[in-house]
Amino acid sequence: MVPLAAVLASFVIGAVILLMLGADPIEGYRALVDGAFGSPKALSHTAMKAMPLLLVGVGICIAFRASVINIGGEGQMIAGAIVSTVVVLNVGDLPPLVLVPLVFCAGALGGAIWGAIPGVLKAYSGVNEILSTIMLNIVAVQFMNFLLRDPIMDPAQKTSGRIPQTERLSANADLPILPGASRLHIGVLVALAVAVFVYVLLWRTALGYRLRAVGHSAAAARYAGMPVKRTIVAALTLSGAMCGIAGAVLVFGSESHRFVTDGSSVGFTQSAGFNGIVTALFGALHPLWTIPSSFLFGGLLVGAETMQRAVQVPKALMVGLNGLVVVFVVSSERLRRVLRERADRETNRRADHSVDDPATGAGRSTDSSVSGPLGTATP
Amino acid sequence: MSDFFTLASLVFVVGSGIRLATPMLLAGLGEAIGQRSGVLNLGVDGVMLLGAFGAYYTILETGSAVAGILVGVAVGLIMGLAYGVITVTFGAEQGISGIGIYLFGLGVSDLLFQKQVGTPLPIRGFSDWHIPFLSDIPRIGEMFFQHSVLVYMTFLLVPVVAFLINRTTFGLDLRAVGENPAAADSLGVSVARVRYSAIMIANLLAGLAGAVLAIELGIFQQNLTNGQGFIAIALVYFGAWRPTGVMAGALLFGLVSSTVLQWRTLGIVSGAASSLMAMAPALLTIVALVVISRTVGQPSALTRPFDRGK
Repeated sequence: MVPLAAVLASFVIGAVILLMLGADPIEGYRALVDGAFGSPKALSHTAMKAMPLLLVGVGICIAFRASVINIGGEGQMIAGAIVSTVVVLNVGDLPPLVLVPLVFCAGALGGAIWGAIPGVLKAYSGVNEILSTIMLNIVAVQFMNFLLRDPIMDPAQKTSGRIPQTERLSANADLPILPGASRLHIGVLVALAVAVFVYVLLWRTALGYRLRAVGHSAAAARYAGMPVKRTIVAALTLSGAMCGIAGAVLVFGSESHRFVTDGSSVGFTQSAGFNGIVTALFGALHPLWTIPSSFLFGGLLVGAETMQRAVQVPKALMVGLNGLVVVFVVSSERLRRVLRERADRETNRRADHSVDDPATGAGRSTDSSVSGPLGTATP
Repeated sequence: MSDFFTLASLVFVVGSGIRLATPMLLAGLGEAIGQRSGVLNLGVDGVMLLGAFGAYYTILETGSAVAGILVGVAVGLIMGLAYGVITVTFGAEQGISGIGIYLFGLGVSDLLFQKQVGTPLPIRGFSDWHIPFLSDIPRIGEMFFQHSVLVYMTFLLVPVVAFLINRTTFGLDLRAVGENPAAADSLGVSVARVRYSAIMIANLLAGLAGAVLAIELGIFQQNLTNGQGFIAIALVYFGAWRPTGVMAGALLFGLVSSTVLQWRTLGIVSGAASSLMAMAPALLTIVALVVISRTVGQPSALTRPFDRGK
């Protein structure tokens, strides 16, 4: 209920913005819905747009459930795209049956590495993962720019156009188009399978139990003998892997079948690393609810383009409204209650720490190293 | 490489490094004040973008750079009020709500730019003010005393903010609220009022930073800040929550950027290699974070909403 109210509230504000810009909100929103869900073609576009959102979203579910705030989706997507692209540039001759699964695995590997770094830094050095993931986003963007401007640049571009992009990647790695579809490719099935996988992981495996236990209370998990630090690393690694798959899908499911940069991360990811957070929050951090959520937000992003044509209001409006959805969801009463309960637990934990170590008071160092920001955050 | 180590080139690098550091420093000083009160604002980049567009559009329409600055400040104050309501009144999770603010700023600034302006037209800001006598000192004057008034103002803010945090009653309340809000509350300090004030100042400076960025560059475009707001947040950690530390970090980032630009201009490094070098400040920040997390404690109540009932 809360997320729905958040979306409605955002759209009311969106309507005010539309009115202020001299556009008819009803006409605009009709075009939006029509462009997103009104025809088979629209639905196919929406599914395409939903794919990276779903993959990043379920990754965010893993991290946030473990009370680890992963802001690094953008960088992890880029890392996944880089590793999968490099793999295909080297072994592009493999038959599609081998190469396509390899693309997904390579993407997951790249994202996992880029997620594991902040995980290790948080667990073993007490580095706040919000900060480290933001920094790693910057590193990934610049590394992508470097690679696409020289080492893996299209040889034709090196002599002529100088567009920072790869050559047309091996056709064997093209994500197969689904039967009867024009653009919709196998990535959508993979994304759905990944969402189910993450659900099973979180609620049907020992690791998932540990992830949620650490997210609930790192202190309790530690008393229960769980390897808290390793679990934090696992949370960010797995979260990154999902984002990495999204990055690979963006390259090999694109129409140009190239990896292209405009120098910024937004240019490659279309902010999916951030919008995936919106998607996951709207899906109540549940991997299966994130499926319809991603479809909704994918639809809004696609429909925004139709709206742009219908009432001449740039589609950037939707990015802004997504931001409002986040703000409304996290400000909502229900979350406040949950967070307050966490705060209680944290207070108890802090009390324990001060008993353990009166000299440093609040047990500062342990705090930042083991509790997640939802934990540190609220405590 | 020998082209780079000429006096003229080095003077130029230092001068432009200082200019590049200015918006990050402004936003970083604001973020430091906010974090000292226990509030993390991840939305700096979004507020900067809105402030930048506000200032840009105002100057485009009125031709007055002063009006542009004022609008940037006003945008910051409005966003500060909103963020205060979200994080103090509603006690929302700060890491996530900040991302919401970022997306809002990213989308809305782009929306308004495309709708109201469309093609990027240049604006004229403040002409450089050569400080009498000081600017005449060979080299030194060129590096430090031939900037826009915005640059001087920003660097003057460093001791001002340090004084505010360390030597005033408000600063004492600020630090108390950031370290132990319950204790501050029991002594009659209104945690909410102090945090609201800190957030308003922080966002004011973020809006101003955006305005300064747009004026210095003379243009606006989608995602003009390109993550500078996020760097400003890192600077606060880098500088261990001290204004002088933030300044050191901002100068380091600025100097690395201007060095890279100069090397590219001189053809010392290729475009590709300059991207590789642009990774350096971020990597350095991560190293700094590792060191700092072992030696310096962050404000104890950072990111913790205060609820008096508890």
